[in-house]
Amino acid sequence: MQNKEEINRLKNLVQDLLDESKKQGATSAEAGLSVDNGLSVTARLGEVETIEHHCDQGLGITVYIGKKKGSANTNDLSPNSIKETVKAACSIASFSNEDEFSGLPDKDSLAVEFPDLDRNHPWNLDAETAINLAVECEDSARSFDKEINNSEGATINSHQGIRVLGNSLGFLQGYQSTRHSMSCSVLGERDGEMQRDYWYSVSRKAEKLESATEIGTKAAERTIKRLGARSLSTRQCPVLYSSEVASGLIGSLIGAISGGSLYRKSSFLLDALGTKILPEFIHIHEQPHLKMALGSSVYDAEGVSTIARDIVKEGVLQGYVLSSYSARKLGMKNTGNAGGVHNLTVDSSTNDFFAMLKQLDTGLLVTELMGSGVNGVTGDYSRGASGFWVESGQIQYPVEEITIAGNLKDMYKNIVSVGNDVDYRGNIRTGSILIEQMAVAG
Amino acid sequence: MDTLNQVKQSILTPFGMQEKDIDQIMDSMLSVSADYADIYFQSTHFESWSLEAGIIKEGSHSIEQGAGVRVVSGDKTGFAYSDRIELSVLLEAANNVKAIARQGQNAQNNLKKTSNWKSYYESVNPLKSLADQEKIDLLRRVDIETRKLDNRIEEVMVSLVGVHEKVLIANQDGSLVADIRPLTRMNVTVILEENGRREQGSMGGGARKDYSYFLDQDKAVEYGKEAVRQAIVNLEAIDAPAGNMTVVLGPGWPGILLHEAIGHGLEGDFNRKGTSAFSHMMGKRVASELCTVVDDGTLEGRRGSLNIDDEGMPTEKTILIEKGILKGYMQDRLNARLMGVQPTGNGRRESYAHLPMPRMTNTYMLPGSHDPSEIIKSVKKGLYAKNFGGGQVDITSGKFVFSASEAYLIEDGKITNSVKGATLIGNGPEVLTKVSMVGNDLELDAGVGTCGKEGQSVPVGVGQPTIKIDGLTVGGTSV
Repeated sequence: MQNKEEINRLKNLVQDLLDESKKQGATSAEAGLSVDNGLSVTARLGEVETIEHHCDQGLGITVYIGKKKGSANTNDLSPNSIKETVKAACSIASFSNEDEFSGLPDKDSLAVEFPDLDRNHPWNLDAETAINLAVECEDSARSFDKEINNSEGATINSHQGIRVLGNSLGFLQGYQSTRHSMSCSVLGERDGEMQRDYWYSVSRKAEKLESATEIGTKAAERTIKRLGARSLSTRQCPVLYSSEVASGLIGSLIGAISGGSLYRKSSFLLDALGTKILPEFIHIHEQPHLKMALGSSVYDAEGVSTIARDIVKEGVLQGYVLSSYSARKLGMKNTGNAGGVHNLTVDSSTNDFFAMLKQLDTGLLVTELMGSGVNGVTGDYSRGASGFWVESGQIQYPVEEITIAGNLKDMYKNIVSVGNDVDYRGNIRTGSILIEQMAVAG
Repeated sequence: MDTLNQVKQSILTPFGMQEKDIDQIMDSMLSVSADYADIYFQSTHFESWSLEAGIIKEGSHSIEQGAGVRVVSGDKTGFAYSDRIELSVLLEAANNVKAIARQGQNAQNNLKKTSNWKSYYESVNPLKSLADQEKIDLLRRVDIETRKLDNRIEEVMVSLVGVHEKVLIANQDGSLVADIRPLTRMNVTVILEENGRREQGSMGGGARKDYSYFLDQDKAVEYGKEAVRQAIVNLEAIDAPAGNMTVVLGPGWPGILLHEAIGHGLEGDFNRKGTSAFSHMMGKRVASELCTVVDDGTLEGRRGSLNIDDEGMPTEKTILIEKGILKGYMQDRLNARLMGVQPTGNGRRESYAHLPMPRMTNTYMLPGSHDPSEIIKSVKKGLYAKNFGGGQVDITSGKFVFSASEAYLIEDGKITNSVKGATLIGNGPEVLTKVSMVGNDLELDAGVGTCGKEGQSVPVGVGQPTIKIDGLTVGGTSV
């Protein structure tokens, strides 16, 4: 159920902001407003640890005086604050330079149809119920195995909010959405060595969350599997990214074909449009209109229609990820990606996780990555890793304190297979990814 | 006007609130049995300016304020916040958080004003320290001076950020305290191209000072020079080695090693819960005797410094490791009380909308006796890492990483080829036991650090002298 009355109240506030901008001399403007309410409850060692009541609101305005741009935001929605915020934005615009590429998106690119993407499923959750659920979740983790001996707790989060976006071209839209999650993190100990792992589930609808028991059990299972980890000697070997970490590989690709990296020439995939950057069997597409999905949106952060499209087809790059500014700067067409991509899917093979292990044969299965060692300009890649050593398709023992390194351009080309064990929890949906060879240091 | 009155006037008065209203909210929270309760008011003015492709491309400005109320009972916390500083709203929030308290002693509400601590920065407003025109002139000058340095420069990006933050903290132990916290930051990033190869270099700095900090000794222009120097070094870099080897870390920002490898593991919350690899190691050897490491929130004008923490406690210089022996944890009030020790002024929060927890301030290692050149000379084959990007740690297993952005091979006691960036990985409780030489050249970082923990970001500082570690895994590609 959409709360039309409240959405309309906030739409009126956004219209006030746009009107005030015009009054203060802006030639065009874009304004956004969001309110968010939530409850977050953590239980640890069988009892409630924290109850947090969240309540956030904020508005932001971007004004253009000709081709000069200024932005301001505040969390005070009073009429006086609106005036002051617009004034601050206009003052900044008056000091910035003419930028021929800046400005609102073209009017004909703005969304005109607004199908319901089924993003709003409020959870009537009181603190008591949340505590019980969190305790149940943590209990199933703690009772899983006697080697589980400590806990960081289980957390239930439930948020609902309204977002409104408007601009001086007449665009004014708002929608309500929800986001709920449950997570659990526990510790295990063997021979004086401690390990910790976690699991979580997230959805727009509470009923779609994995059960408390499932989440707790998975968290415990993952922790137990890590006990007894050792390092590896330095070597070259094939590497299988489990689906939880494989999305990061695709995330780096999206970063490299995003407008900002391209027009700054700070991407390792410059001028790659129409060229083969991945093996022929790889297809990546964007699906902005999936019902209930976390990345779904009818329009992007500028109000531009999002489009279902292929980004990579048969390994060949079909399109960049552009906002109106970066599109103009590159002399290309806006792709409706101001603010990022919407539900990116990497098509998978028929291989399930075990078939992927078999294909890996002997090599490294990576389940966790650490640090920020990805250079977006050169594609050089070097990150801390932990996971499992695999021989003849069978997991042998957990490994840690190792690094994996390569260059993303080569890594993409050397993808051997994508599994059907897709992780649907994020905006990038992919199964596990097998890479032919990387440098492992230990 | 003193700080307390100044902050009261700018946070309470505009919203029609008075000190007696704070009493009323506190009384409401303390009507149940609680061990601790506080109200945290905050107002933050923020601005940023950015230059790219030779033009001032955009700027933004932000004003935010709000208040968070918290009740603690045993190890249980109830928390609510609002961006509306109004009595009725905050009373409702107080009412919501009371539900957490079912046990504990009844605390006394006895508000009194204390302002008994030293000040490590001036209560200036950086946003007003230069006229807007002067700010953009500064960015332009940096752009022009940087572009003169090398004809291979493709792009220069310059940014300037200023924050003027005011906090007012009331708690049931009888205090109402305030702090005004300036924070500024500047950054220059350059991209160079030669024969189709592109590399980036980046340098910045910052402090709890106003913008004149960047004009002093023309620091802003120096950042540009340093960014270009780093990009040139990277243009010549060869593949980094892979494997376990002797690593020499340069002075200053490489101190991120301390932040990741031991700092987080010594935060009170993880140790109270027994989830840190350092749990139960108090009094034991965790480093070679050459190592003494402190967390110090009292350094003049540093990015990680605070007059008082976000629970109103004066900050301190806390000895974490003394001559290799673990001496202390960093504490906030909750964890200190539960562990039966004194708080150390490390209770920090990102904003009124976040719960405080033990966080670092400025974490650094004290200098040793070796000349840095002696240290390099002592290495037959290894890596010299001079500059770093970010890092991360798993506090339970103790495994940590930090990524070198400027590094060189050491061959026969001499620094030779520069190598590409690589991640270094090690084990926190072990790495400092392998420190075999400590330089006499202690440096603190330029003021760029931001630390993330449980989704909350706070500004921090790090520092160290040149140190030699006998064995650390380097994640290069050259196997």
